[in-house]
Amino acid sequence: MELKDKLISSYIAFEEQIDLENDIHEERNRAIKFFESTGFPTKKMEAWKYTSLNSILKEDYSIFPKKEDTVDYKDIKKYLIHDIDTYTIVFVDGIYSSHLSRTTHDKLDACLMSSALDKEKYKPIIDKYFNKIAPEESLTSLNTAFAKEGAYIRIPKNVVAEKPIQILNFSTCREVALMVQPRNLIIVEDGAQVQLIERHQSLTENAVLTNSVTEVFVGKNASVDYYKIQNDKTTSSLIDNTFIKQERDSQCALHTFSLGGQITRNNLKFFQHGQNCNSILKGVTILSDKQHVDHNTLVHHTQPNCESHQDYKGIFSDKSVGVFNGNVLVDKVAQKTNAFQSNNNILIDDTATCNSKPQLEIFADDVKCSHGCTIGQLDDEALYYLRSRGIPKKEARALLMFAFANNVLDSVKIPEIKQRITKQIALKLGVELGFNL
Amino acid sequence: MLKIKNLHASVEGENILKGINLEIKPGEVHAIMGPNGSGKSTLASVIAGNEDFEVTEGDILFEKANISELSPDERAHKGIFLSFQYPVEIPGVSVTNFIKTSINQIRKARGQKDMPANEMLKKIREKSALLEMDRKFLSRSLNEGFSGGEKKRNEIFQMAMLEPKLAILDETDSGLDIDALRIVSDGVNRLKTKDNATLVITHYQRLLDYVVPDVVHVLMDGKIVKTGGKELAKELEERGYDWLKEERAEMTS
Repeated sequence: MELKDKLISSYIAFEEQIDLENDIHEERNRAIKFFESTGFPTKKMEAWKYTSLNSILKEDYSIFPKKEDTVDYKDIKKYLIHDIDTYTIVFVDGIYSSHLSRTTHDKLDACLMSSALDKEKYKPIIDKYFNKIAPEESLTSLNTAFAKEGAYIRIPKNVVAEKPIQILNFSTCREVALMVQPRNLIIVEDGAQVQLIERHQSLTENAVLTNSVTEVFVGKNASVDYYKIQNDKTTSSLIDNTFIKQERDSQCALHTFSLGGQITRNNLKFFQHGQNCNSILKGVTILSDKQHVDHNTLVHHTQPNCESHQDYKGIFSDKSVGVFNGNVLVDKVAQKTNAFQSNNNILIDDTATCNSKPQLEIFADDVKCSHGCTIGQLDDEALYYLRSRGIPKKEARALLMFAFANNVLDSVKIPEIKQRITKQIALKLGVELGFNL
Repeated sequence: MLKIKNLHASVEGENILKGINLEIKPGEVHAIMGPNGSGKSTLASVIAGNEDFEVTEGDILFEKANISELSPDERAHKGIFLSFQYPVEIPGVSVTNFIKTSINQIRKARGQKDMPANEMLKKIREKSALLEMDRKFLSRSLNEGFSGGEKKRNEIFQMAMLEPKLAILDETDSGLDIDALRIVSDGVNRLKTKDNATLVITHYQRLLDYVVPDVVHVLMDGKIVKTGGKELAKELEERGYDWLKEERAEMTS
């Protein structure tokens, strides 16, 4: 059976697990119908021109994972940011793991989507926010149809979350192949602040397909600092759909570190909904070994006097493929918009591919918008210069690649993440460098 | 220290060096002068190991070992340093991190441990003061947005840090105002010992007023056509290179 058909027939079984009286069930029904009418995206669609899901859709995924697997802290320790104190919300095969998590309801909510969906006291919030900015698109709708579990985070007005919140999704070897669809809802109210870290990690070599949807609401004058670490096995694929709505005077920075995985598609959309918003989208992608990462971004400027900055860097080798499709949409009323976009790529060898496609649609007439994309090789002159100072070829290449990715790491505010990513990059480049750039 | 025998080199199939013979002993300063396009910078690049150039004939011996087949980094490990005519801009790598990496990679190649951090810091302070470099300069990206003078000072700063046995200064004086020239040449002079050697490549005699050579060679059309003392530089300054061309023409006819 094709995956699409399997999912649709599974929906009936899914209905037996959930509360059909819940208002959101209407939305699930509508969503599955929408998915049924569209199916999975294909390369015929402009937004999917360079990314085919065919190779991962042919697996026979298990849609409903069995009970929580026994995963010990030692199995996952290395994937956690543990040098600093954090709240952690851990899922194993899509199921919440209480013994690995550290949730809270004190001052702020860092807990579970399932309880937010089911418990009466969260109903006003769910009614107000759930599925309000996730657009009706095939993959988001598919997620909505099966939406049941994920992280629910709410930072009340003027609260500064003192610890970062980690959302960790692990998958295990129980199932031959597994499809999971986490659904996260993050509400950062007026004047509140939070740092978020998200990671999807397979613990085995079995095929995993994750179709994740995250809705983030950033209140007036609120600040969100969000890090996505994508360094999964080559048997795991991730479709990350993240939608962010910003109210006036707010700031949201999102860094995506794509260092591994089979196919990774990032649908990242920012909707600015008030004046004086700042949206920052940054990414470092380092791929090899036939890996494929597609960054599909959008910043929609709907109000005057806002800013957006997109800066994505990619280093590709060994049959890997990078795609960047960066969209900026400036409405007619959004005067004095400053929107910048840059995408720079290095191809290490002839087998790697990179597609960079900036798309700017500007309807206002008093704006500053710029975009630039480059695809090139390492600069031979620079390489020679470094080598003439005694730095061997391999290290010199690594140093240049580090330098290339460096300004994206510059804006990382959690030192341990910066160190980790630096280390991961060094590891990927196969060198030991004695300093942090 | 350096012995070059009948060196021929080409780039993209074009012969540039056509039989160079040169010997530099420890403690000596040699100058190579010559008109544009005579092969001066090629000679510097070939000694430093630039892989764009192909050595087609002859040998380069450094401390009696043939280094013709060594990579640029291996030559640096042996103690050869080239001050670039056009230092490359490398955004994202600070001057400090660059020089630290360079020193420790060279030490690693020589089987030594990393230089202790406090020793490194002390040395960086001392040598940057020698070149009258601003502290802020050290945290800037390597050569990015540097003026011509700053780039050359940065080259000599690196030389001071690495303490090479053989330093090749490729047109280090070009584009420098008189103050920068004084700072750079003071730096070079203070780094001189009886054990190291300097090869100054220049188009102008001006630098040689400050860094006084023991031997001056004139390079023309890929060959050394005349060798003399420091007074040869003065003579070239006054008379230009044409008389040498004529002299050569007479000799060959």
